[in-house]
Amino acid sequence: MVVASPLAAYLLVAALLFAIGLAGALTRRNAILVLIGIELMLNAANLNFIAFWRYGPHPEALTGMMFAIFSIAVAAAEAAVGLGLVISIYRHARTTDLDQMNRMKG
Amino acid sequence: MSFAFYLIVALTLAGGLAAVLLRNTVHCALALTVAFAGLALLFLGLDAQFAGFAQILVYIGAVAILVVFAILLTRSSEAEQEGVFSKSWLVGLVIAAGVFAVLGWAVLASARALPWQAAAPIVTVRDIGNVLVGRYVLPLEIVALLLTAATIGAVIVALHEKERTR
Repeated sequence: MVVASPLAAYLLVAALLFAIGLAGALTRRNAILVLIGIELMLNAANLNFIAFWRYGPHPEALTGMMFAIFSIAVAAAEAAVGLGLVISIYRHARTTDLDQMNRMKG
Repeated sequence: MSFAFYLIVALTLAGGLAAVLLRNTVHCALALTVAFAGLALLFLGLDAQFAGFAQILVYIGAVAILVVFAILLTRSSEAEQEGVFSKSWLVGLVIAAGVFAVLGWAVLASARALPWQAAAPIVTVRDIGNVLVGRYVLPLEIVALLLTAATIGAVIVALHEKERTR
């Protein structure tokens, strides 16, 4: 492998995972699958935080670790609200297909 | 980098790809769980035990279950006739590839400046707890408030509306 630095390897993995999540969020029709893509992107960002914390100059300050932990908590709240919204929209429009959700009212 | 690292990376990326590409929505949720587990293993490999176990608890234990519940409640698992990808899937794919190209280029161009070796930091859960209730106590309280508000909000949003034609 060209990349010898372990931090660069982790960053590349995170970039690839972010791109996979972005592709999923942009190409899927199902709203739940779009949320899954967003979760993958959030996780890739968390991997970046942890990798920079591990190889950064001051790991004992715990900055990156704290950011990742708070990010996990916020992502849990986001998933709960997002899936609640999807269920509510499904009740209203009887579909989770985003291509059919093209009206602002009713 | 060890063999275990490549194995975990392959598992994580395969899980992520399957979560995005599979046709059956339930299979996507299960593949997403595999990707979350791989990420937790990566966190453990980075000596971030607390974050790794928090990842397992929150993502595999809560978010994946929530996704499965949402899929079952919205009957998304039934086969769709017109394909699972959006009409503008090519645009999305190009955007994602462009983003990965930029990120990968940035990482590779700066790979020389990245630190090579770092001693494994010795961080106990006691340290994390001390920091959480010391320096980061305000964010902790805000997150607690946010989680409460999000839970109540999710319940209210998803509540069955009985009197729709009032």
